[in-house]
Amino acid sequence: MAAKTQDSWGSRIGVILAVAGSAVGLGNFIRFPGQAAQFGGGAFMIAYAISFLIIGLPIGWAEWTMGRYAGQRGYNSAAGVFHCLVPWRGSKYVGVLGAIIPLVIFMYYVVIEAWALGYTARFVRAMFDPTLQFAKIEDSQAFYASFVGSAADGAAMRMDLDALLPWLVIVFVLNLVLIYRGISAGIEKVCRIGMPVLMVLAVIVLVRVLTLGTPDPAKPDWNVSTGLGYMWNPGKTLVVDADGRTLSEVVDPDPARQFQRAHTLAAETRGARVEQRGVLAQLADPNLWLTAAGQIFFSLSVGFGVILVYASYMKPKDDVVLSGLAASSTNEFCEVALGGLITLPAGVAFLGIAGVAGQGTFGLGFNVLPMVFSAMPLGSLFGAMFFLVLFIAAITSSLSMLQPGIALLEEALGIGRRGSVALLGTVTALGTGFICWCTKDLKALDTLDFWVGTFLIFILATVQIILFGWAFGIDRGWEELHRGAAIRVPGFFRPILKYVCPAFLLTIFGMWLLKNVVGWDPASGKAAPSPYVADLFEHRNPVAWMSIALVVTVAVGLAVMIASSKRYPDDLA
Amino acid sequence: MQPSGLFIMLVSVGTVTVLFAWCIWKVLTQPAVEMDHLHAADLHTPDMDEP
Repeated sequence: MAAKTQDSWGSRIGVILAVAGSAVGLGNFIRFPGQAAQFGGGAFMIAYAISFLIIGLPIGWAEWTMGRYAGQRGYNSAAGVFHCLVPWRGSKYVGVLGAIIPLVIFMYYVVIEAWALGYTARFVRAMFDPTLQFAKIEDSQAFYASFVGSAADGAAMRMDLDALLPWLVIVFVLNLVLIYRGISAGIEKVCRIGMPVLMVLAVIVLVRVLTLGTPDPAKPDWNVSTGLGYMWNPGKTLVVDADGRTLSEVVDPDPARQFQRAHTLAAETRGARVEQRGVLAQLADPNLWLTAAGQIFFSLSVGFGVILVYASYMKPKDDVVLSGLAASSTNEFCEVALGGLITLPAGVAFLGIAGVAGQGTFGLGFNVLPMVFSAMPLGSLFGAMFFLVLFIAAITSSLSMLQPGIALLEEALGIGRRGSVALLGTVTALGTGFICWCTKDLKALDTLDFWVGTFLIFILATVQIILFGWAFGIDRGWEELHRGAAIRVPGFFRPILKYVCPAFLLTIFGMWLLKNVVGWDPASGKAAPSPYVADLFEHRNPVAWMSIALVVTVAVGLAVMIASSKRYPDDLA
Repeated sequence: MQPSGLFIMLVSVGTVTVLFAWCIWKVLTQPAVEMDHLHAADLHTPDMDEP
């Protein structure tokens, strides 16, 4: 058995805020609203709530339980947890996914975190120099392209306040310093301060957005109410072309007028027609379920390996049921009640539905919103506050991504915090440097986010829930889950943990593979190679291949390290 | 925004807000856990050698 480390959480609320901080990220404020509006608004929320109950909460509870169980037996890394739970010599190699995923995600996540910090600084500077505000959307688009260096590889490598590099250096060093301070004095302290600050700032921005009304009387349709309707209305009135592709969406408080306006719009475009989609019609779309389940899955940070590691530092009788529920509900509050009410109403009030529809996560967050904040009264102040919220959300997440690697290095190599931080800092600096250089079309970042930040997470989450329900055993797992529990989990979650969650997850994963790897569209039934597969095998893009090589190198390195470590004897069982 | 959208928004936002508030209240009102478990000081790890 491995020796226990001295690190542990200082308080119950500390570990909850740390897990919530890991889960609350940029996606809560800019990915969720865009996805919800695109895939059915109110109808999306039905699939989202079901996914929360079927996969979000169960996988989270499974991770908390397995992590605490292995932590009591001296294992803190995901590889150690798997080794402890499954008496099979290959289990530790499967568990190493729990270090690869957060490590590689950290490499590109700090880049996005640096964007948030850079934008915060830009809005702070704009308070004193109004010429730095964005007058129109083209200005913010041009600034974004220049800042992130999407025009050419190496374009972001400038020591300039309006470029990525200086902010990336600050963010990277800050992460290493904080993680060096350890679980209690580093991660927990940052989250105990950061999460309440994040929520207070987000509520202030929310109040500002909800009181915007109709900023431009000449454009009465561009208002907060329309933005909220775009986000939350369960039925959609769309203008579509002859192939069924959406050209625009019409939102009006009066359904009859909404229909009439849509007809007027359709009449202006050759071949266009009006399509009304009710709740049931939207729920029949597999893409809606796939997107809702994916959003729950990634938003709650289940399947990363982070919760496993965090829970391993808990004490034997520490509650995990209420803690898991509290961390998940904190994430949901930030996502639904804050992110769901800020981003789209603000965007629609200044740019209309056409200005925000189909913008994507980065487009919405770093093109639309900067221009929106520039246009509103006291916009520089509120813009700085909003991007500070994004930065805090990002740093509490990126810190959590380092800990699984630290835990593995300390456990497998028997080295201390200083050595593990130095080693991990070197590896991640090389990876982040590669991503920071290869910024053309954000190819490296995008490739890694797809294959590691999505594909591998699906695999690890599926393995984890099967491990909990079947290998560890649902009876043992249920008993372990309730050890020291402050509240009891309702009995219907037992079959969900064993049967429904794995089946739902495998179905979603299968559909995801068909859609995003094979390129099959479940709505039309047509198939075409996905851009990520085409990058590798059709275009043979060198950056895409180097990104894959980076992941393989990290995986091989960690696997060799585990194989040579005496902490994971084959005769453990 | 239509009444159906307003209803879904109020239910969604209300549910997550009440759940979040209840969880935090429940966590903060739980009795403190005794600190007698890890006995970490009895175990030697490389961290202990660091200054």
